[in-house]
Amino acid sequence: MAFLEINNVAIRGISASVPPQQVENRDIYQQSWGDVEDFMGTTGIERHRNSTKDICSSDLCVSAAEVLIEKLGWEKDSIGAVVFVTQTPDYLEPATSCIIQNRLGLSIDCMTLDISLGCSGWVHAFSVLSALMQNGSIKRGLLLAGDTPSKNCSVNDKSTYPLFGDAGTATALEYDETASKVTFLLNTDGEGYKVIIIPEGGYRNQVTPDSLIEKEHGDGIVSSGVHVSMDGMSVFSFAISKAPKSIKGIVEKAGVDLEKLDYILLHQANLFMNEKIRKKLKLTPEQVPYSLKDYGNTSCASIPLTMVTECKEKLESSKLTNVGCGFGIGLSWGSVLFETDHIVVPDLIELS
Amino acid sequence: MEIKDFIANFAAQFDDTEESVFTAETKFRELDEWSSLLALSIIAMVDEEYDVQLKGEEMRATKTIQELFDLVASKVG
Repeated sequence: MAFLEINNVAIRGISASVPPQQVENRDIYQQSWGDVEDFMGTTGIERHRNSTKDICSSDLCVSAAEVLIEKLGWEKDSIGAVVFVTQTPDYLEPATSCIIQNRLGLSIDCMTLDISLGCSGWVHAFSVLSALMQNGSIKRGLLLAGDTPSKNCSVNDKSTYPLFGDAGTATALEYDETASKVTFLLNTDGEGYKVIIIPEGGYRNQVTPDSLIEKEHGDGIVSSGVHVSMDGMSVFSFAISKAPKSIKGIVEKAGVDLEKLDYILLHQANLFMNEKIRKKLKLTPEQVPYSLKDYGNTSCASIPLTMVTECKEKLESSKLTNVGCGFGIGLSWGSVLFETDHIVVPDLIELS
Repeated sequence: MEIKDFIANFAAQFDDTEESVFTAETKFRELDEWSSLLALSIIAMVDEEYDVQLKGEEMRATKTIQELFDLVASKVG
């Protein structure tokens, strides 16, 4: 079982960056698909940020990282590892984290790694970086979680385009022998790999001229093979079953009471789904903050983005016990139980 | 599991449709109140009451409450 307990690693700060272009779902929905109220009632997503052609996930993460490094007062050459998690890298190859090492001006003694995950990505990448750092050889590390899912959506697909938003985040980790334990519970069920998929453009189904032709799929969905397709009902069924079990599993193993947690930070999928998860666990609304109203589903960035936009003051001024739970594409899901103690949280950055 | 209870659980997800409307043979997609949100509510009810995780394609293939009941019954632990 992927139940991990990691000592000696503390979160020092979290930052997030979004592109300036805001898309209002009321506008696009009424233009293309009619009555928006059902959509709003289900998803709770009023608007989201879209990247223009010249903004990539890496740009958003680099801007978040630069501000965070400066606020922390970290020397660039003190950073020994960068883990970048995304579904939208700069290139098919090389790994984007190599490019980020150079752009941030980090030492060549820094190791870098790309991880390909979406909604569960922040939790999984956090486990990888903290595991690398726990013995103290690497003193400081950056966990960069960012995605531009809007670039993969057909604008004529009502099951994806209104839901997804773009964001990039940076989480700063430091080796600290007095840090409280970080606990992870990680799961995978690849039987559901087609539930959220871009079917063409990889190496299983390489791009052909046909890949670019948009086809009618019914239910307000017109998309091509290089667009993301999502079976929302299957995602919903999976998430309301697995996310509560994962959160219950981690608090039981760690011997912590759910009601004593300050924040349970859920991946921002949609309001109806997240509220089902919250109510199943009998959590209070105060424990479960949402950023999805203004930013939509921002894939692997959703948990740290929510911390920046909804929890900044408490994160900066107090010591908190939190659970983060990511669930989705893969299918992959996981929870992390972690403390934050007066961490640095710069204001949300809007990339110009 | 009993079809009678399943129909009652199914009907409980609806706000405006009378409970007397629902029978095993009801073609639920033809009801005025049917919506994508109700489909999600039914999936959530099946998860909560029967601990069964339905896939989208399985759900979409059912037409009557009896068919959905048979599907859930086939998946109960």
